[in-house]
Amino acid sequence: MGLKIDLDLCTGCGACVAVCPFCALAQRAADGKVEVNEACTACGACVDVCPVGALSMEVAEKKADAAALDAFRGLWVFAEQRGGKVQEVAFELLGEGRVLADKLGVELGAVLLGHQVQDCAATLFEHGADKVYVVDHPALAAYTAEPYSEAMSALIRKYKPEVVLAGATSMGRGFIARVAIQVNAGLTADCTELGVDVDQRLLLQTRPAFGGNIMACIVCPDHRPQMATVRPKVFKQPAPTAGRTGQLVAEKLDLKDPVVKVLETVNAMQNEVNVAGAEFIVTGGRGVGGPENFKLLAELAEALGGAAIGASRAAVDAGWISSFHQVGQTGKTVRPKIYIACGVSGQIQHLVGMNSSDTIIAINKDPDAPIFGVADVGIVGDLFQVVPELIQALKK
Amino acid sequence: MHIVVCVKQVPNTTQVRINPETNTLVRDGVESILNPFDENALEMALQLKEKHAGTKVTVLTMGPPQAAEVLKEAVGRGADAVVLLCDRAFAGSDTWATSYALSTAIRKLEPADLVLFGKQAIDGDTAQVGPGVADWLGMPCIAYARKIEIADGRAVVERAFEDGYEKLETPLPCALTVLKEANVPRMASLRGKMAAKKLALQPTTAEAVGADPAKLGLNASPTRVVKIFSPPPKTGGVKWQGEEPAVLAQRLADLLRERKLI
Ligand SMILES: Cc1cc2nc3c(=O)[nH]c(=O)nc-3n(C[C@H](O)[C@H](O)[C@H](O)COP(=O)(O)OP(=O)(O)OC[C@H]3O[C@@H](n4cnc5c(N)ncnc54)[C@H](O)[C@@H]3O)c2cc1C
Ligand SMILES: Cc1cc2nc3c(=O)[nH]c(=O)nc-3n(C[C@H](O)[C@H](O)[C@H](O)COP(=O)(O)OP(=O)(O)OC[C@H]3O[C@@H](n4cnc5c(N)ncnc54)[C@H](O)[C@@H]3O)c2cc1C
Ligand code: SF4
Ligand code: SF4
Repeated sequence: MGLKIDLDLCTGCGACVAVCPFCALAQRAADGKVEVNEACTACGACVDVCPVGALSMEVAEKKADAAALDAFRGLWVFAEQRGGKVQEVAFELLGEGRVLADKLGVELGAVLLGHQVQDCAATLFEHGADKVYVVDHPALAAYTAEPYSEAMSALIRKYKPEVVLAGATSMGRGFIARVAIQVNAGLTADCTELGVDVDQRLLLQTRPAFGGNIMACIVCPDHRPQMATVRPKVFKQPAPTAGRTGQLVAEKLDLKDPVVKVLETVNAMQNEVNVAGAEFIVTGGRGVGGPENFKLLAELAEALGGAAIGASRAAVDAGWISSFHQVGQTGKTVRPKIYIACGVSGQIQHLVGMNSSDTIIAINKDPDAPIFGVADVGIVGDLFQVVPELIQALKK
Repeated sequence: MHIVVCVKQVPNTTQVRINPETNTLVRDGVESILNPFDENALEMALQLKEKHAGTKVTVLTMGPPQAAEVLKEAVGRGADAVVLLCDRAFAGSDTWATSYALSTAIRKLEPADLVLFGKQAIDGDTAQVGPGVADWLGMPCIAYARKIEIADGRAVVERAFEDGYEKLETPLPCALTVLKEANVPRMASLRGKMAAKKLALQPTTAEAVGADPAKLGLNASPTRVVKIFSPPPKTGGVKWQGEEPAVLAQRLADLLRERKLI
């Protein structure tokens, strides 16, 4: 099982040790040949770099019962709704799900969980769903992970979809990991690219790991459904087809009472534009220098005709702005038409959250700042000089 | 109260770089650290211990023998007991198998009132282990927690959403995954460091926690990493410099109008 090392072939060159992302390889003191330890995740990264072919991956073929896998058909999307409003990520998933379902030649289903949310079904059909499975139950009125996972697992057991996708949001990531345990399925986190191998009916799931430094392609050959969470904003929303309908499946379930009670919901962004869905974003980093200077960015946002304010983690950690504005690996993923980064250096953890924006503009006084590597237009200069001029030029 | 904190040893991914020539990951000299988000989970436990007399904090990690380092760090900061779950049988576990293995170890301890996790590990980045362990243990789990108050066997927890937060009430035992904004982690104390030095760690095996071998490691993991590659290098566009800010700003405004972006 796992990585095999042919010690007779190994020349002790050390090439594999340097590439292992998990520090799982070490050279023996005695002869310099390599040994693998428990940290190995069988990722395979080392196999390709060995110049003498001393490394190979051995997977004990545990052939799953093909007939059992075959009983699973159809592609599902979890239609996240909050307060009766379907979240954009659900539409993005329906768009991509439609493409994948057509390739697999199966139906596209949407799963709607909540209380008195039937009205949401119409828009799901218009965005491409063939079927909408609704569980309407008081236990689902407010989102908590336990009843949501119970309902989703019950639907999966009964209808056996081969693929289940959910948004990699606070809600999606919070409950779907429980579902994966309950239905004994593999779950790939935070995907940025999906494909299918039609012959083997495999979902090819690509995701960043190591803070965006590497990409991994992941499959689940022997378990169904194949489950994945998908990062918001990586797929475009499909245009709705007005009047398109499908089959509504209203599922009656006996759910346990929620153990966790929601006491209060606070919208922290009431009077501000939320970066998550914004078309224009002006982001400030450490270079902005202090909370008061975010006013300058707000003026630029206004000159653009209303933009959301984003922030790097450095600006958030400094306490200049609330964490709801943070863009990046541990903040939000955004895909605006225009992203203007002011005084942001462009570390990988920031870039993964915004590099699929349509047009990226960077203002930074350091000509070597990595942000210029992704910017369509980079302005080398002091933001306190450039931004006021830009506001003037836009107002003209 | 008994609090279990799960922590992971991770490579410091901010030091990981891509070799542009071979397009492979260069991690020479990259240090192993305590997963940054797990520092916040541990800090939450230590603060609860200060508030609620008689609280015991146990820190659990699954990993290779070197992972003992993060347990020493935890003892340095004030953890009362540690468990190093270490066995070849765990190698190659995905989040399904990892969460099963951790749950078996937690069951072996005295009953936990609270099980804390970091928001996510900075290497695997899945954020799936916390909710997964909770499910194996049959506990409620609140992901993305930023605050906790405990009274009368119940916890009131604030959970963050994309655009706000919610206040939730849960019975104990329960599990939380903890955000960075929850607190500022402390450093190890001098006394703690002394205690950490004296720590004699006995690795706990899969057999010792009664884990079902069929649910462990690579072969029990539904997900398979089939390929690892570097993200395509980003190519930047134009870079303007050396001119007056007013000129550059005007040029940018013109360009945005020309491309009908505004
Ligand atoms: C696990 C992990 C997760 C992370 N998640 C995120 C995340 O989600 N989002 C995120 O943003 N970061 C994240 N980070 C942090 C990230 O690595 C960087 O530290 C952070 O993005 C840096 O923010 P910054 O660019 O604002 O600051 P700095 O890197 O300090 O850059 C400031 C920039 O401003 C420029 N500057 C200064 N003054 C001026 C001026 N007057 N005019 C013009 N330019 C000026 C400087 O040249 C410099 O390039 C994460 C880190 C880790 C380890
Ligand atoms: C490139 C790559 C991609 C991967 N993608 C996936 C994937 O999509 N799906 C999947 O199922 N597996 C995946 N894996 C495997 C996964 O990384 C491992 O199972 C890992 O041990 C746990 O996942 P994580 O690092 O994402 O932890 P997370 O779930 O992000 O960790 C959350 C918290 O759980 C606790 N925790 C995590 N691991 C341990 C531990 N070993 N000991 C104690 N506490 C712990 C910590 O408190 C941590 O903060 C991937 C592996 C690689 C190499
Ligand atoms: S397979 Fe991956 S984790 Fe295992 S030794 Fe090779 S590079 Fe390291
Ligand atoms: S790359 Fe191959 S030859 Fe070189 S040390 Fe690793 S296993 Fe041995």
